[in-house]
Amino acid sequence: MPITYLEAIREAQAKLLADDPRVFIYGQDVGFFGGAFKATKGLAKEFPGRVLDSPISEDAQIGLAIGAAIEGMRPIIEIQFADFSTCGLNQIINHAATMFWRTNTKCPITVRLPCGGTAGAGPFHSQSMEALYAHYPGLIVLNPATVEDAYSMLIAAVHIDDPVIFCEHKYLYYHLKAEALPTEALPVGKARVARAGRDATIVAYSAMVHEALACAEELAQDGWQIEVVDLRSVKPLDTDTILGSVARTGRLLVVGEAFPWGGVTAEVVARVATEGFGLLDAPPVRLNAKDTPVPYHPNLWGTHRPTARAIIGAMRELLHA
Amino acid sequence: MLQTSDVALAEPKNDGRREHYLGAFRSMLLARVFEEKLASLYRGGKVIGGVFLSKGQEALSASLAAALRKGDIYAPLIRDTAGRFAFGETLLDAARTCIGSRLGPMRGRDGNVHRGKPREGYYAMISHLGTMISTVAGGLIARRFRGVTGVVGATCIGEGGTSTGSFHEGMNMAAVEKLPLVVVVANNQYAYSTPTSRQYACADLVDRAIGYGVRGHKIDGTDPQVCFDVVGEAVARARAGEGPQMVVADLLRLVGHGEHDDAHYVNHALKVSPIGRDCLDVARAQITAAGWMNATQIDALRDQLQAEVESAFAVVLREPLPDPNLEDWCALSTKSLAEGNA
Repeated sequence: MPITYLEAIREAQAKLLADDPRVFIYGQDVGFFGGAFKATKGLAKEFPGRVLDSPISEDAQIGLAIGAAIEGMRPIIEIQFADFSTCGLNQIINHAATMFWRTNTKCPITVRLPCGGTAGAGPFHSQSMEALYAHYPGLIVLNPATVEDAYSMLIAAVHIDDPVIFCEHKYLYYHLKAEALPTEALPVGKARVARAGRDATIVAYSAMVHEALACAEELAQDGWQIEVVDLRSVKPLDTDTILGSVARTGRLLVVGEAFPWGGVTAEVVARVATEGFGLLDAPPVRLNAKDTPVPYHPNLWGTHRPTARAIIGAMRELLHA
Repeated sequence: MLQTSDVALAEPKNDGRREHYLGAFRSMLLARVFEEKLASLYRGGKVIGGVFLSKGQEALSASLAAALRKGDIYAPLIRDTAGRFAFGETLLDAARTCIGSRLGPMRGRDGNVHRGKPREGYYAMISHLGTMISTVAGGLIARRFRGVTGVVGATCIGEGGTSTGSFHEGMNMAAVEKLPLVVVVANNQYAYSTPTSRQYACADLVDRAIGYGVRGHKIDGTDPQVCFDVVGEAVARARAGEGPQMVVADLLRLVGHGEHDDAHYVNHALKVSPIGRDCLDVARAQITAAGWMNATQIDALRDQLQAEVESAFAVVLREPLPDPNLEDWCALSTKSLAEGNA
């Protein structure tokens, strides 16, 4: 029976709760209600007392997780929408992220951020926050693009002894299906070549991997072989896999759903420019969302974020550069 | 939500009153002589970064930590030198952090009041006020998951810190969970230079307790005996399962915000008012009146503590400082997931 990206996240949490008494879930509406997206459906009943509703207090949610982690627990915090994590930003970047370095005390918290745009969600329920968190030392930022990674990387995240920002894409929740849950996985920190090619490389992550794959599929009809690299984690960033791909293709397009200033796509281009300049046959290209808040209406939203069509346009220019 | 102190519930019992008082007094006095030495080193350029003293707040600070037990959680704030000593911090650890010794708990990576040993229940504050309330609550939630009972989590804040969203979120959440949390608010009349009239508009901060659904206690923070009795009662009530307790103490910060601050803005009328009393003077009077120690014995204790402080700094000032070449420059405990430092 096919399993969705969202169900994989639910199953990962069920496994974590079943396997490890240190794990608990704390978030808004996660208890009996099962979460705004049903990522914790049925878990409060299956694991009494371990899936707790929180007040609307992102700062205190993260603060609670930090204290529990100091005492040896493995808290999972669900932030209802990634956008609201700015209300808990201080506890994440100044407290959780500095804990180990300052005090030699591990802070193994997992913060689940339902991120990315969906049609009609608008400026405050659509953001991609990964660049913000990746900027700060002491955090790990994961961005699963597949059902398999959503499952295995969430389990890995809770086992990691450091604070993890787990960016799960809302657009993939229901759209993406796999035949079964994975039994093995690439380690966290390794990127994945999602499609092999020789003419150009697209580096993408999260939902943009699927837009990039659609681009590669269409251009294949014209004889182009486009390689797609799925970053899987933006911090750590697997520079070696990126450079290996660029060494094969000589051309680089980096696609992200976040805002254009700085960010993950800029970091990838900077690393390739500084560490692999000689591998490039053409200037590297970035494709991001537009530099405005995320719009509400689908007519605007569909143009605000990179789509397969936009990626194809950028790629055609790059191939002829 | 003013409550009178219920001495029957207070810890310690009346029979241990003298020992409890004198134990806390020792921490108060140690904090005072330690901070005087620190200020002197600061003026001599031996201290890197800021120096933030707690003169006038020693009794309140000590009263909380002295009521805690091994296994409790304590998250002190900026003016809690006395409480830190009462909780068991060593002079060496305190001095090492202020000087930046590589051998201290913070290893030169963080300094002054941001010190702690979280795994020992002694949490290390960050500068962002209010954040420690939910963090201590999290520590207590962990204890609850483990089935550990009879523990208390305690943290301190100033009246300025009560204006943060973090304070509000933490108090509310701890109340919802009915956690054994004690929050002591030192209303020292100024948040850096900002007077209370620009900080809050309620008649008294303790009135907020009822809004959070926690028990409020209001005290004169310059009176050590009152601090020991009422804060002790609050800790006992939390330990007995009565939920979060908020103690608001009126007192006056008798120094600048830091040693760089001459505090010229402090209203003179406050200095000569009852809250302008030095709690150490009050303690001295209470101790001698009770016949527990005479003035000569108190002076001798001060001399002894002074000597301990001098020895500690003599050791620490010869210790190795942080060395950038020995630093691993890695913020993650999972080294395999660390980024390079490009």
